[in-house]
Amino acid sequence: MSQPPAPPPERNGHWIFRRRTVDGAFWGLVLLCGLLGLVEVVYHRHSIFAFEAFPVAYGLFGFVCFAGIVFAGKALRTVIMRDEDYYDR
Amino acid sequence: MIANLSPGLILIVGALLVPLLPGRARQVYMLALPVLGGWQLAGLEHGAYGQTEIFGYTLTLLRVDSLSVVFGSIFLIAAFLNVIYAMHERAPMQEVAALVYAGAAISAVFAGDMITLFVFWELTAISSVFLIWASRTEAAYRAGMRYLVIQVGSGVILLAGVILHAHATGSIAFDYLGVTGLATTLILIAFGIKSAFPFLHNWLQDAYPEATVTGTVVLSAFTTKLAIYALARAFPGTEMLIYIGVIMTAFPVFFAVIENDLRRVLAFSLNNQLGFMVAGIGVGTPLALNGAISHAFVHIIYKSLLFMSMGAVLHRVGTIKASELGGLVRSMPLTTVFCIIGAASISAFPLFSGFIAKSLTLSATAEGGYVIAWLVLVFASAGVLEHSGIKIPYFAFFAHDSGIRCKEAPLNMLIAMGIAAFLCIAIGVYPDPLYAMLPYTMEFEPYTGTHVLTQLQLLFFAMLAFAVLVRTGLYPAELPSVNLNTDWIYRRALPRLYGWLLQMGSRLRAGTLARLQRRLERFISQVYRHHGPEGVMARTWTTGGTVLWVALLLGGYLIVFYL
Repeated sequence: MSQPPAPPPERNGHWIFRRRTVDGAFWGLVLLCGLLGLVEVVYHRHSIFAFEAFPVAYGLFGFVCFAGIVFAGKALRTVIMRDEDYYDR
Repeated sequence: MIANLSPGLILIVGALLVPLLPGRARQVYMLALPVLGGWQLAGLEHGAYGQTEIFGYTLTLLRVDSLSVVFGSIFLIAAFLNVIYAMHERAPMQEVAALVYAGAAISAVFAGDMITLFVFWELTAISSVFLIWASRTEAAYRAGMRYLVIQVGSGVILLAGVILHAHATGSIAFDYLGVTGLATTLILIAFGIKSAFPFLHNWLQDAYPEATVTGTVVLSAFTTKLAIYALARAFPGTEMLIYIGVIMTAFPVFFAVIENDLRRVLAFSLNNQLGFMVAGIGVGTPLALNGAISHAFVHIIYKSLLFMSMGAVLHRVGTIKASELGGLVRSMPLTTVFCIIGAASISAFPLFSGFIAKSLTLSATAEGGYVIAWLVLVFASAGVLEHSGIKIPYFAFFAHDSGIRCKEAPLNMLIAMGIAAFLCIAIGVYPDPLYAMLPYTMEFEPYTGTHVLTQLQLLFFAMLAFAVLVRTGLYPAELPSVNLNTDWIYRRALPRLYGWLLQMGSRLRAGTLARLQRRLERFISQVYRHHGPEGVMARTWTTGGTVLWVALLLGGYLIVFYL
């Protein structure tokens, strides 16, 4: 049910699909997340609830929720997925 | 400006002339109608107009206040964008239906009483179904019928509630109601059907993706937001709406992950967005209500934009299934950019319109101390990013190159998407004019360091999760499939149950008939035995014998007589 690992990016195709672009975007995103985490060292964000004060609370929550939603969706498929013509039969 | 005239009526009456006009004149005329409506609205002072007494009840055709003006304005903007988006088509039925539908929604927003509201409520249902039927497929016809039954049903429940309410209170004024008894509960259910409450929601994901390219864009703007307006008017601060709202934000995200039809993904996403608004209405503080109302305003624009971009793909490629798409950025770069702007807006990236609206609701929920509700809303924000922020643009325009090469979207579509994209950014960067329109006074600054930092952390770490899942192959592939939902009950379970009952009934009938027939045959054979040619009763008697019997009978009679 999982897709095969990301299709090998093209070497000489459109620049958006080249391996360098895809890898660059990924590591750029990793760097950006690191920076967003580090900002908390110098900037004190306000919080209403106690658990918000946990370091990078929003980032971790976002990461976990996203992954959780995807895995829950995959699990849901086993219950509710049917063939495309299910209702036409 | 014409006194006492609802801006919506300009669109409804004006629509009737549309089929009579030739090409260019028709397009200019259709563009002029929402502009005229806007001009009419701009000239109206706050107050109630067009009041008539009927059977002791006061009908108010036009009630102008800050709440109705916000919704009226955004509906007019949406109607204008829709006309531009559909300009490449010559489809009189759709054009009339779209304008009547928009006009009915606008008129409903300006209705000051619940009878007027009911009339336009039903008109939105009846006019909008033609946008689904205009697809002219068997699936669209069936989905349209289901949609119509549910929408008209919502109106009937509304009417029942209104009649009970009028009987109890003597008033049909459409103001704050609150849940006080059966009447107001019925009215809430009617609003709940149109705003797609959990278990009342599936008409949305069932019908919207079956409409035409332009029809889905039109549908996405009005019906559900009319219901949000009605909830904000009649049920602000109703606590159960918080919990209904948060459920609405949460459950569609799981379905959206695995949905293959990208317009249906957007329909799930629409359901999720409505949840934020319903929750805000439930919290009911000025900040929360302003959050719900501003969210409805910006949502109409970015959701239209997303449906427009997917409509453009469907128009050019002929399919909107994620499993068949990919790499379209090569062929449709401008549509890609507009889609990403819509995706960034709905995901509430800072500097995009979703951010300045959603922050209000989230802050109000946190300030109200609704911890669980707030957590679910933040969770659902990551969910929005998953299906609308990433899945839609990624699988249509990037992912792998599907090899599809097509033309960029038609110019009119690009213009409509361009205006919507511009509004998404403009409102996000400079929200003050929108905030000034909102009905309640509040002190709120969306661009604080904490708001921006927490939102960016949430979104970028969620994006990182996506990137990791895709690189490791854990992200589920898009598969051609249909996913069961509550419509399974009336599309599969109930018809099956009906079929089973019919079968049982016919078996029972056949069994009973067979038994009856056997009895009848036995009866006939008995009769035949006694009265048939060989039967006792059919035997011919001799004259002598008969005379003997008569003499015996008479003799017997004589004896009895003298006794």
